[in-house]
Amino acid sequence: MTLFNREKAIGIVILLAIAAIIFFTLGSITPAIGFFVMFVIPLYFMKPLPVFASKIDYCSNYLFVAICTFIFIFLITPVLIIIPLSFNAEPYFTFTQGMLNFDPSAFSTRWYEDIVYNGMVDPHGVKNWWDDMWNNAQWIRSARNSFFIATMSAIIATIIGTIAALGLSRSEMPYKALITSLLISPMIVPLVITATGMFFFYSSINLAKTFTGVILAHVTLGIPFVIITVTATLSGFDRNLIKASQSLGAHGWMTFRRVIMPLIMPGMISGALFAFITSLDEIVAVIFLADVEQRTIPRQMFSGIREQISPTILAVASVLVLISIILLTVMELLRRRSERLRGITPG
Amino acid sequence: MSTTKELIEQDGISLKDKLAKATKVQKRRALLLTMPLVIFLLVSFVMPIGQMLWRSVHNPTVSNVIPNFAIAIQQWDGNALPSESVFEVFVKDLVTAKKNREIGKTVGNLATRINYDIPGSRSLFTSTARKAKKLKAPFKESLLKLNKKWANPTLWLSLKRNSKDLTPAFYLAAMDLKYDERGNIVKADDLYQIYMSNFIKTIKLSAIITAICILLAYPIAYVLSVLPLRQSNLLMICVLLPFWTSLLVRTTAWIAILQTQGVVNDILVFLGFLSDDGRVQMIYNQTGTIIAMVHILLPFMVLPLYSVMKTISPTYMKAALSMGARKSYALRKIYLPLTIPGLGAGTLLVFILAIGYYITPALVGGEDGLLISNLIAYHIQKSLNWSLGAALGAILLVTVLVLYWLYNKLIGIDNLKFG
Amino acid sequence: MNKVITKALITSAVSAAVIAGSVQAASITAVSWGGAYTKSQVEAYHKPWAAATGNTIVSEDYSGGLAEVKAQVEAGNVTWNLVDVELSDAVRGCDEGLFESIDASILPDGADGSSAADDFLPGTVTDCAVGNIVWSTIVAYDGSKMSGVATMADFFDTAKFPGKRGLRKGPKPNLEMALMADGVPAKYVYALLNTDAGIQMAFDKLDTIRDSVIWWEAGAQPPQLLADGEVAMTTAYNGRIFNAVAAEGKPFEIMWDGQVWDLDLWVIPKGAPNMAETLDFIKFSTGTQALADQASWISYGPVRKSSAALVGSYHNQPDLDMAGHMPTAPENFGNALQNDFEFWADNQDQLNERFNAWLAK
Repeated sequence: MTLFNREKAIGIVILLAIAAIIFFTLGSITPAIGFFVMFVIPLYFMKPLPVFASKIDYCSNYLFVAICTFIFIFLITPVLIIIPLSFNAEPYFTFTQGMLNFDPSAFSTRWYEDIVYNGMVDPHGVKNWWDDMWNNAQWIRSARNSFFIATMSAIIATIIGTIAALGLSRSEMPYKALITSLLISPMIVPLVITATGMFFFYSSINLAKTFTGVILAHVTLGIPFVIITVTATLSGFDRNLIKASQSLGAHGWMTFRRVIMPLIMPGMISGALFAFITSLDEIVAVIFLADVEQRTIPRQMFSGIREQISPTILAVASVLVLISIILLTVMELLRRRSERLRGITPG
Repeated sequence: MSTTKELIEQDGISLKDKLAKATKVQKRRALLLTMPLVIFLLVSFVMPIGQMLWRSVHNPTVSNVIPNFAIAIQQWDGNALPSESVFEVFVKDLVTAKKNREIGKTVGNLATRINYDIPGSRSLFTSTARKAKKLKAPFKESLLKLNKKWANPTLWLSLKRNSKDLTPAFYLAAMDLKYDERGNIVKADDLYQIYMSNFIKTIKLSAIITAICILLAYPIAYVLSVLPLRQSNLLMICVLLPFWTSLLVRTTAWIAILQTQGVVNDILVFLGFLSDDGRVQMIYNQTGTIIAMVHILLPFMVLPLYSVMKTISPTYMKAALSMGARKSYALRKIYLPLTIPGLGAGTLLVFILAIGYYITPALVGGEDGLLISNLIAYHIQKSLNWSLGAALGAILLVTVLVLYWLYNKLIGIDNLKFG
Repeated sequence: MNKVITKALITSAVSAAVIAGSVQAASITAVSWGGAYTKSQVEAYHKPWAAATGNTIVSEDYSGGLAEVKAQVEAGNVTWNLVDVELSDAVRGCDEGLFESIDASILPDGADGSSAADDFLPGTVTDCAVGNIVWSTIVAYDGSKMSGVATMADFFDTAKFPGKRGLRKGPKPNLEMALMADGVPAKYVYALLNTDAGIQMAFDKLDTIRDSVIWWEAGAQPPQLLADGEVAMTTAYNGRIFNAVAAEGKPFEIMWDGQVWDLDLWVIPKGAPNMAETLDFIKFSTGTQALADQASWISYGPVRKSSAALVGSYHNQPDLDMAGHMPTAPENFGNALQNDFEFWADNQDQLNERFNAWLAK
């Protein structure tokens, strides 16, 4: 047995001992088993320690790994738990007895169907079903609105934000601290204040209850992210490249397009992604500023929690979670593939 | 160096001036690049907030609804009751106002406004306005005969005070102060003191949430930054997935988990740690708010920390250990100071988000998880006392700006790194 | 990378065009409280009216209050044509110039021949508003878990009926219910609440169950709380509880003693477009048949006397008779209190502050 396996075996024995103590004091086997299962998992995530590690080092390492494991479980559990909940046959947000007993009749896909049927004039009809769904189904319309608004806000925020970041990152920029503070203030000011102020102001200039109003509000909220990521990227940018490009005869716009932009692209994309997600998930400003026509997915969900308790939001959320998982997995696989292609050993 | 002469160029202008002139063009260009965004923010962000702040002091109701009276009452010295001529102007104005159905100029608006100062006066105004046409001179006598409540000098003092267009009354209310019968500023009744205590509770709760986030984020950010990319990206999914999942969905999930008949309680009962009757109330109270908000804000703390930790070379710690430092000492003196930028960014972000949060406390906070932003939203959406909501919002804004300025002094805004 | 950006720009431009092309223009927007209540309106009013006139009507949800209407009217940009409000909001909004006046003479006669003025229950047609339903806040409990709940005092008795209570977050109508639980007869409740001592009495009574209360805000929450087992008894809107029983088969029971009933009315925000169609809809939806139809979807009482005779059974359960589930049914109306809108219009702000302060302690 290698050194490390011996330490693991000792760990298991210690845990069994503690579990036995729990069994004898509480009198029932289930808490003991539960305790054992819960605390043996971190043991398997531990990595071998150097030869000179002492017993204390092993203990503190185990503790550290255990804490991290529980934090990760804390983070991921609520997201995963909505998936089984979305198959609840009853319109409530709990696990019914039937579900806990794995009774098949307690599960149903009615909420997934509701995503498409809700709001349709004739959900079970055949004629014009696609038209009906595309135009009337509330969730489909919310999804369209969400993606439209998020895309527009991300694009506008990225464009204006990048231009501003280019100015900010120059060393000769006057009033740098003041302007930077102003530009990231939408992130600093509590959202309820921003949303309230926008509500009054946009109402008075007839921008409330329009797509333009909501998009402007989301651009305002997404700008700080773009500014911060692009300035961070620009801080590592070599100014000599600009001078080199200009010395070769390129004018300002060409320098930007051919030299600067490709190099700051990661920062721009990252900022655009943040702005996109902020807009997609933004609820407070939408509550104040949007009409039923501009309803977005979060607004529809809020309605499903307050005004009509509807687990359809769990179904929608499960779909979104699935999409996110697929996206993240694909990104990771692409990254590994590019590593392989470049001949770098996987990190 | 103060004894050397200024450097002068051949054409007689000092080098310093020439440099300034040369960089002027570049400065202007840099400013020009940021101008579109600055103007955009000024219009779409600063102006709305400015307008909201204006609402918190602008008080034109009385002078809009009964303008002549607003001028006439200024002559009154505040003792006993106003003179007969003032009463006459009041009744005549009321008659005119009763016919007006334009928003902002109706008797109803006046009634609501005075009702903030003196509860119960709303129906007094509306019922009097309905009968005002029939009142005849001497107006003071007939008004008092119509309803004895008009003999209350506090009512007339309130009317006089509110005849001015600017008022600190809403800020007073936001700070749990009020005007007494003589018009002096005093503390509001104990029964009505909510705002300041709620404010302090919000700040306390946000601080607790931020502290818990720091404690939880540090280990996992460290783990994510030292693990090889292959594994850390997989674990990163655990952080990014909650981050990308809608806030409402996460909150609902927590409701399902923390309910008395929810997952956690069920497991604890199943495992035997709790009896079926002794289930713990973990939702619709402060505990639920803290747990849900920590879960929602944790990624905001992890990501900046991670991005900073990733840039720290592992050789620093190894060097410290090789020179004889114990691990804890090396952590404290070498590693921690290097993570300050990320820590600062994360703390600032989490704290400010926590103070302004309104959705999660609204859904899971129950009675004692209510934060100041919920009260602001309440005034905007339910009680329609927009001026009070604006005043509370202004105080919140000032607090946040002060904290931000403090943060700037201590850590510096250029040190912000969000990953 | 350039290609990625160009592609993104083109996709978004195209999707924008597609979306712009497929967004329909709605003729009128009716705003109501959501959930089962909105459903009953859509089935009984919206669909028949749209089919009969060929107009479209869109339904939107809100959770009460005049903030939205006020913002729209102040901005001069009104997009809501019709709002379903509580009586106190209807009166307050009318006084403050937020609503259009509605000429009561346009309302049609009742189906039994009585004129509109006689047919509508007293107080249900005001200068700016036309009533549609009578609803009530009642106490509901799970019949399969407890029985014998008979009076309001039982609700406040956690010794005899252990378990948590659900209450609407706010002073209304909890103060009235607290006083009635103390034995104050319905007709003296508001007189008592007009005194400081009376209010203190109500708060003291609430203090006795303070620790066992779960506060709800949206109408859909009480059935959820009962179904989850979070509360043993809760106040709720009677229609929502009825819906949980009829549509989902939940074993909930309603205790009618001490019910606090109120009205809902249609109002038109000032400056709303399409006035002609909106008024036509109001005429239709407050007609005898429409009100009776609405009552077959949810157990809220129609405000026209002539509708009572037409109220039948639940829309898809012929043996479930609706008449007995109305707040106004004689057997339920024994100890009922009408919500006094004048009292609340005067004291809402102050009592809300006091309530919030009390909650925070």
